[in-house]
Amino acid sequence: MSVRKGMEVSIAVAEAVKLAKVDVIAAYPITPQTHIVEHLSELVADGELEAAFIPVESEHSALSAVVGAAAVGARSYTATASQGLALMHEIMFIASSLRLPMVMTVVNRALSAPINIWNDLSDIMAERDTGWIQLFAVNGQEAVDLTLQAFKIAEDPRVLLPVVVNLDGFILSHVIESVELPDQEAVDRFLPVFQPTLRLDPDRPVSMGAFGSPDVFMEVKKQVEEALIGSQEVVAEVWRDFEKAFGRSYQAVERYKTQGAETLLVTMGSISETAMTAVDGMREKGQKVGLIHIRLWRPFPFREFFQAIEGAKVLAVVDRALSPGGPGGPVGLEIKSALFDRRERPYVADFVTGLGGRDLTEEIFEEIATKAEQYARSGEAMRYEMIGVREE
Amino acid sequence: MAKIDALHPWRETPLGGAIQDAGNARQFKTGDWRSQERPKTDYEKCIKCGFCWVYCPDMAYTLRDDGFYEWNGDYCKGCGICARECPKEAIQMIAEEV
Repeated sequence: MSVRKGMEVSIAVAEAVKLAKVDVIAAYPITPQTHIVEHLSELVADGELEAAFIPVESEHSALSAVVGAAAVGARSYTATASQGLALMHEIMFIASSLRLPMVMTVVNRALSAPINIWNDLSDIMAERDTGWIQLFAVNGQEAVDLTLQAFKIAEDPRVLLPVVVNLDGFILSHVIESVELPDQEAVDRFLPVFQPTLRLDPDRPVSMGAFGSPDVFMEVKKQVEEALIGSQEVVAEVWRDFEKAFGRSYQAVERYKTQGAETLLVTMGSISETAMTAVDGMREKGQKVGLIHIRLWRPFPFREFFQAIEGAKVLAVVDRALSPGGPGGPVGLEIKSALFDRRERPYVADFVTGLGGRDLTEEIFEEIATKAEQYARSGEAMRYEMIGVREE
Repeated sequence: MAKIDALHPWRETPLGGAIQDAGNARQFKTGDWRSQERPKTDYEKCIKCGFCWVYCPDMAYTLRDDGFYEWNGDYCKGCGICARECPKEAIQMIAEEV
């Protein structure tokens, strides 16, 4: 029987990892990820989860240990945030290029300096090009569901890539939500035991992570790129299976009141729900505003994105990270580049806001939608605007 | 340069660039990186001490049945450690034959 109860989202994520029957967890505690791994270490110590919990001296070691565990064919998990993710940076490329499936929860938090433990997306945006599949949860239930789905996606023999499940630090990780934890038997049916395609095995020795000279390197990279692009079909398939098994549906680009909308807010992560409330308010006032939120960030779901924005005249992109000295925020940049060679394209207004935990209220989303429409009416190209920063 | 025997198209490249056949580093003839100089042993001076075999970082020396050590140009990078360490100055670095 599935259980629905009020629980802290971090604890719910740890319980989802337990339901996934992971073999190896290696992690280093960092705010705001701590409660996830703390709870997992308790589950292992109490004998409720039969897994090896490897306490390590850094995130660099955590991900390295997980790479090793995945290489021997273990279902492997880690979680981190912010500086911890930055310390994992070089190992992230290795995990994807060695085609090792694993799941990591990133509890999104700003990068220093100044030291800041609060939420934005600058940690994961800096890992955009590491070859990982990247998913975003909007609420606690999604964090649980995406965690279970992530293992199935990662381990699919057509994919064999690491997966990040992003959830917003504090805004999601530390709140108590009503979450349904599925029944163990149902999870077992949905997520069978991992069957590795290639693993370190003394009876059939292979070398992983060997030298790749200039005459083999590009072929390996091309293979990773094709696997990542191809993973989108598997992601969609896993979501169909999940809906059949558990009744909740997921899309690469989710739509909210897009019907008849002329202006669309484009969001990612938990702020999407506040933005939806803002959309409700604007709709009541007769404004033709809707919302899409991008759930699958890598591989970028171009087709679903084009379908979702059909008919929209203005896109108001809400970026919670900055590409310093570049054309704006990473999401705005991605969308502008995706639209560049389309014959018909909406006006794209990019807004960078909510950095380092600055509150994003309904009023701010209203301001963003209004400003986007003003920019569009002016017809002038905009680079980006930072919203909420004090000018005087 | 000596090629690793199978240069696969990307679709056939082993998963993640894994090496599935043990000991294939032997096929990678790193000796063609050598430039300028190569060692030459004077077997009149050689006392079979094996220092060249011990010190060589690339295992370019092998022990022969007669107890002398033979140089293998397929793996020697011409670093000169063998010539420097030889207690009898039996090894000289000579110009690379082109």
